[in-house]
Amino acid sequence: MDIPYWNKEIETADRATLEKIQLERLRKTISSAIRSPFYKRMLGEVGISSGDDIKSLNDLRRIPFTTKDDLRKSFPKGMMAVDMEQVVRIHSSSGTTGIPTVIYFSMEDIKNWTDLLARCIVSTGATSKDVFQNMMTYGLFTGGLGLHYGAEAVGMTIIPIGGGNTKRQIKVMKDFQTTVLHITPSYLLHIHSKLGDVGISRDELAISKAFVGAEPHSENTRLKIQELLNIDAYNSYGLSELNGPGVAFECVYKKDMHVWEDAYIVEIIDSETGEVLEDGREGEVVLTNLVRHAMPILRYKTRDLAFLHPDKCECGRTHRRLSRILGRTDDMLIINGVNVFPSQIEEKIMQIPEVGTNYQIHVDKKGSLDRLTVKVEIYPKLFMGEASQLDALKNRIKEELRSSIVINAVVELHEPGALPVSEGKAQRVVDQRSKL
Amino acid sequence: MKITQISVFLENRKGRLFDVCSLLGDNNINIRALTIAETESFGVLRIVVDKSDVAVKLLKDSGFVANLTHVVAVEVGDKPGGLAAVLKVFADNDVNIEYMYGFVEKFSDKALLVFRFADTDLAQQILAKNDIKVVTEKEIEGL
Repeated sequence: MDIPYWNKEIETADRATLEKIQLERLRKTISSAIRSPFYKRMLGEVGISSGDDIKSLNDLRRIPFTTKDDLRKSFPKGMMAVDMEQVVRIHSSSGTTGIPTVIYFSMEDIKNWTDLLARCIVSTGATSKDVFQNMMTYGLFTGGLGLHYGAEAVGMTIIPIGGGNTKRQIKVMKDFQTTVLHITPSYLLHIHSKLGDVGISRDELAISKAFVGAEPHSENTRLKIQELLNIDAYNSYGLSELNGPGVAFECVYKKDMHVWEDAYIVEIIDSETGEVLEDGREGEVVLTNLVRHAMPILRYKTRDLAFLHPDKCECGRTHRRLSRILGRTDDMLIINGVNVFPSQIEEKIMQIPEVGTNYQIHVDKKGSLDRLTVKVEIYPKLFMGEASQLDALKNRIKEELRSSIVINAVVELHEPGALPVSEGKAQRVVDQRSKL
Repeated sequence: MKITQISVFLENRKGRLFDVCSLLGDNNINIRALTIAETESFGVLRIVVDKSDVAVKLLKDSGFVANLTHVVAVEVGDKPGGLAAVLKVFADNDVNIEYMYGFVEKFSDKALLVFRFADTDLAQQILAKNDIKVVTEKEIEGL
């Protein structure tokens, strides 16, 4: 296979070269970070006064972790490392869960971020010939603008449509013969289920690839997307605290996501002890910026659970691959004492062909016990008209869940479109226990 | 002669059966026979209508999960032992019935029942051999 690269030298650099770049950039990053009130205090406490105090990459472990809570407490300017005059862009979380978090970018930071996204796009085989429909929200959210800049650097034809308005999205896909989408997995499945409503068939569309991100999803969801729409779906990973998309991305082989290690130091840790785990072991992803200077973040605890593949990818890139996000340290449900990640449930139900494109997980109390209800929409084309078939489906889902997560779930079957969808990130889990 | 039955998946939600029936009514489609297979959390509505092709398209276009199944409408003597006589033919010839339900109207002086067989072709042969009258799709349209 002819492997496409954006920057072959850096993407295939040997380990020693990569580590040399990392050390150099880490020193520079620390010298920048220390200009912010937050890191001046934190680094001062562990005896680091400049990047020169970092002698090897192992010295990174002297630095404490930075958490989401630190970002909130530093709102708005506690982690800013340059004068506002040098800041060319602000991105911010919505703050719906409390105090917002804010990220500052200098001109150089935007350039570096753009370059990473161009790498991501090219690594999937997309080129300047592609028509790119960017269906992520533009604005304070990083997803829309991030990929936009990368796609522009690659020279793609960009349709900056943003999120929402399903009918218009489908019409635009047809009118401009869009070939590549950037979208959340749940919204892409929703789009598929609405094709009929708009009176446009898959054959009238030219889509061949989708970059799916901003939402953890299972391999079975990817397979479902690929099968239903006959496209290649590439997993994308990023978080606004570390720039947004472009931290890690899948190449043409689609065997998990290369982390751009010249731009981020990735560590997998045991969330409880803080111990750094070896490749192959699952733990919390911790990331350090290496090419952002207006607001560098060191050792950020992402709360995402994943592992790094110890082996090399066939594409020749030396940057290690991060697994799909297997869960979040904060979305774990404890149901009658059993730890359950929503991703485990998704993995099981999405492999069943008769399950449609949407599902929801409900947890409430029945008496003193927790009750898990899994609501799934059925796939209409596979309904043969018999109630016994649906009963069998229900039992199969129950059985799958019983054997994998050891919980007796209540399974509800729904008509397609009956479960709520948002035209963006899906609300998959509803936990009503605290309110009862 | 097989006739067409429409099965509609109904999730457990208020007004869902009403939605189906009013959609059919508004489009001048007449329900000839009806039954509901129910479980604790969902139901499957089974109907025989006068214009099944139109009806199933209408239902699917309106977002219902619907499918067509072949069933057989059999005339049964409307008197004590009428149904038993027909069932004896099935039992003697190893014809398995998955489910059955009655028509609203009569076609002649006999009662009309819908049968879903495990093996529809076999059932038809046996019915023909025993001179038991089955009703055609055309006859149902004119009912």
